[in-house]
Amino acid sequence: MVVDVREAARANAPGRPRREITTAFVVSRIAVLAVAAAILLYAVPPLVAAGSWVSLGLLCAASAAIASLYLTRRFIPAKYLIPGTVFLLAFQVFPVVYTVTTAFTNFGDGHRGDKAAAITAIETGSVRQTPGSPEYGLTAALRGDELVFLLVDPATKQVGLGTAEGLTPLPGAEVGVTGKVLKAPGLTVLKAPEAAARAQEISALAVPTDGGVIKANGLSRAVEGRAALVYDAACDCVRGNGDTWTADADQGYFVNAKGEHLAQGWQVGVGFDNFARVLTDPTISGYFMGVLGWNVAFALASVFGTFALGMSVALALHNPRMRGTRVYRILLILPYAMPAFAMLLVWRDMFNRDFGLINQLLGANVDWLGEPATARLGVILVNLWLGFPYMFLVTTGALQAIPRELTEAASIDGATPWKAFRRVTLPLLLVALTPLLISSFAFNFNNFNAIALTTEGGPFPAESPQVGGTDLLITYTFRLAFGAGGAQFGFAAAISVFIFTIVAVVSAVAFRRTRKQEEVYA
Amino acid sequence: MRMRALGTAALATLAFAATACGNSQSASPAAPSASASAPAATTGAGSGTLVIWADPSRVKPLKPFADQFGTENGVTVEVKEISKDNQMTFLTASQQGSGPDIMIGAHDWIGNLVQNGAIDPVTLTAEQKAAFSEKAVQAVTFNGQIYGAPYAVENIALIRNTKLAPEAPATIEDMIDKGKELKAAGKVKEVLCLPVGQKGDAFHVYPLFASGGGALFGATPSGDPDPKQVLLGAPDSVKAFEKLKALGEKGDGALRTSITNENYIVNFAAGKCAYLVSGPWAISEVKKGGISYDITAVPAFKDGKPATPFVGVQSFFVASKGKNKALAQEFVANYVTNKDVAKALYEADPRPPALTAALQEVQASDPDAVKFMDAGKEGMPMPAIPEMAAIWEPFGIAETAVVKGGDAAKAAAAAQKAIDGALKN
Repeated sequence: MVVDVREAARANAPGRPRREITTAFVVSRIAVLAVAAAILLYAVPPLVAAGSWVSLGLLCAASAAIASLYLTRRFIPAKYLIPGTVFLLAFQVFPVVYTVTTAFTNFGDGHRGDKAAAITAIETGSVRQTPGSPEYGLTAALRGDELVFLLVDPATKQVGLGTAEGLTPLPGAEVGVTGKVLKAPGLTVLKAPEAAARAQEISALAVPTDGGVIKANGLSRAVEGRAALVYDAACDCVRGNGDTWTADADQGYFVNAKGEHLAQGWQVGVGFDNFARVLTDPTISGYFMGVLGWNVAFALASVFGTFALGMSVALALHNPRMRGTRVYRILLILPYAMPAFAMLLVWRDMFNRDFGLINQLLGANVDWLGEPATARLGVILVNLWLGFPYMFLVTTGALQAIPRELTEAASIDGATPWKAFRRVTLPLLLVALTPLLISSFAFNFNNFNAIALTTEGGPFPAESPQVGGTDLLITYTFRLAFGAGGAQFGFAAAISVFIFTIVAVVSAVAFRRTRKQEEVYA
Repeated sequence: MRMRALGTAALATLAFAATACGNSQSASPAAPSASASAPAATTGAGSGTLVIWADPSRVKPLKPFADQFGTENGVTVEVKEISKDNQMTFLTASQQGSGPDIMIGAHDWIGNLVQNGAIDPVTLTAEQKAAFSEKAVQAVTFNGQIYGAPYAVENIALIRNTKLAPEAPATIEDMIDKGKELKAAGKVKEVLCLPVGQKGDAFHVYPLFASGGGALFGATPSGDPDPKQVLLGAPDSVKAFEKLKALGEKGDGALRTSITNENYIVNFAAGKCAYLVSGPWAISEVKKGGISYDITAVPAFKDGKPATPFVGVQSFFVASKGKNKALAQEFVANYVTNKDVAKALYEADPRPPALTAALQEVQASDPDAVKFMDAGKEGMPMPAIPEMAAIWEPFGIAETAVVKGGDAAKAAAAAQKAIDGALKN
């Protein structure tokens, strides 16, 4: 170290600080740059294959930027700032922007793709086999370079030549026992692998006939069919089956005069509709306050319950007269170490009225998860059990940082242990732990797993099956967005924006209050 | 100094990783084709590969047939395992262009897959259609089109412990009487093992509900379920809910919310009840418990309607956004309809094959398959319309309410209201 300092001093003298170059530094820099280069190179072939030159350009620019950043001695602040900014963009800004933009669309089941995809799906889905038409045996062949179909009528064994112009009889072809054409005059018959290699051309070829078109159905059969529904760009509508469905850009559906729509829709912007629905839908607004009230109670009970229990245990173990603290600590951390996912399911089964451990131990016959009051108590207890080890851990850490002299001084001054705790230890603990309590509140406010894996939001009153006794906003709205109407991502995104607002406001207020508290004690 | 160097190196690693991420993120909206290129491993560039997505238990048995198909046609066939949220994963991947050519799933997905334009109709010849059981073909038909090649049919039945209950009950009343008698004698703990749970279980209780006269949807002129006519609150359905109430906790005690999807099979396998309403998936557990059992149709109420279970049909779908549709059509229409494929899939996961010929061969070694099939003869293919998603939960909650002794008319009316609200009827 002494040498380092002297060197540093010498290096400082000319003006610019020089970094000492060690072997480990060089090796690690080479390794890291090599990995980065490998990752970037790995992305090149698919981009070239897909012909996406814009992306390729961006990739090259990124590579150049990385090289110039980390291979030169300049841009010292940027070496640190750029990674942070990139992470911020990728993991914070992008998801938020994406969620908010989705909230203004009807993205969801029935509205996943664009209009062109919906039209294709409507047309292909409506192709019916022409009644009474044969199911042709198909052999692909080449006429010169052009792909043609050799179609064998299974009833008459007659061979027809199908091209983009139409179907013509082809005399002189030789048909094998399997119904495949073996030889045809003037044509090269394709064998299975050769045909498979041209699978895309085969699906694309349509042979026009009087009753519709003949299209390949796989590689060995072809059927004549006609699309019952056809899109007409002139009127921006779909016609067929004696009805007309006109495109409705507000709904993203083709709608007929009776207001019925075709199944396949497309994604459109719906403005503030999703937000309006959250505010005006009676199944949401009617229950909102009740659910919110329980949600806040659940989050508060979880936070203060776990904190009170965790802190009490930590204080008990912090006492110098306590023996065997290590064993106790290990035992207490166990619930935290087990996967919450599995534990929640185990707890759910323990609450079962007839087969659950709890009723068997107590000799009771309580329908724990079947009554709102007991179900609420149950989920809070489970959350308490899952959460207190965390509070125990952080409180233990914070207690080590509080000098014992302070409490000793308090007791010399005549304070009772309770007073010493209340006036000295707790305020100092809270300075360190309040931010954790706030984040714990935000976490429990949206604690989807704790509810979804135990009560699933239930018990549900028979008269209002939409909202259950233990439903949090997140479980309740999850069901609304992904339950009855299939997946409705746009609506779900709008709900997330609302829930985010609530949590953000609560947290902001709490943090502001903490800052005042810190000013007092710090 | 050394520490600092290492720190810088670590930061740099993160930076590179992040830049790589950030780059692809920002690039994909600019060029839609870029998204297809990113998961290049799954798709391959062109005509040379056929990609099949299957659930874990079906990957292995499919492999030999996929390879055979590959060799015959000179292509590579990949069978990829998808283990969670298969329908959602398939829809999302299809939309991005990184989906498979063939998807395996249950027939009641069809409505949702069609409204998202994710699958194409499959044309089966009259001969091929005739080779399947009628129910299977009926199930994969949606809006008059066949959308999948069925390979397995499953439905629930009554599995009974033949030591405790040697005779198959003729009616639900007989079954309940026998169950109560056994319970009174201390031989069993529960009258009937049928999962209800705190949220109800529409799938398992449906035969009883149907036998009581209940119905979910009215029918369109073409005979499909009509989502505009929800019948859960209709007087006949209310009567059915009343019958469920009579079987419930305040009545016979046969239906109980404490019997759940997690414990109902285990209880039967442990001899705690004489009757189990479940499907082929329960059999391995029951055999492990050493129970001698028999499988019959779920009985109907005395003077009631037939107790029709839901029939589910596992099928192969052709993805409409697949890169190799001709090959996919060929595989689904001409390969899945092959008896050996059906048998191999059966051996991996014993659900009765949809192909009649395969079922007959399986019958020799496993009589259960045919018994399940017979029990589902009267069954109703699970409605494949997307609106079915709105039924499950309100129905289940109404069921729980009446099982706990609540008022049937109120529960049915609330369910009807909730469903109509969700469907905007």
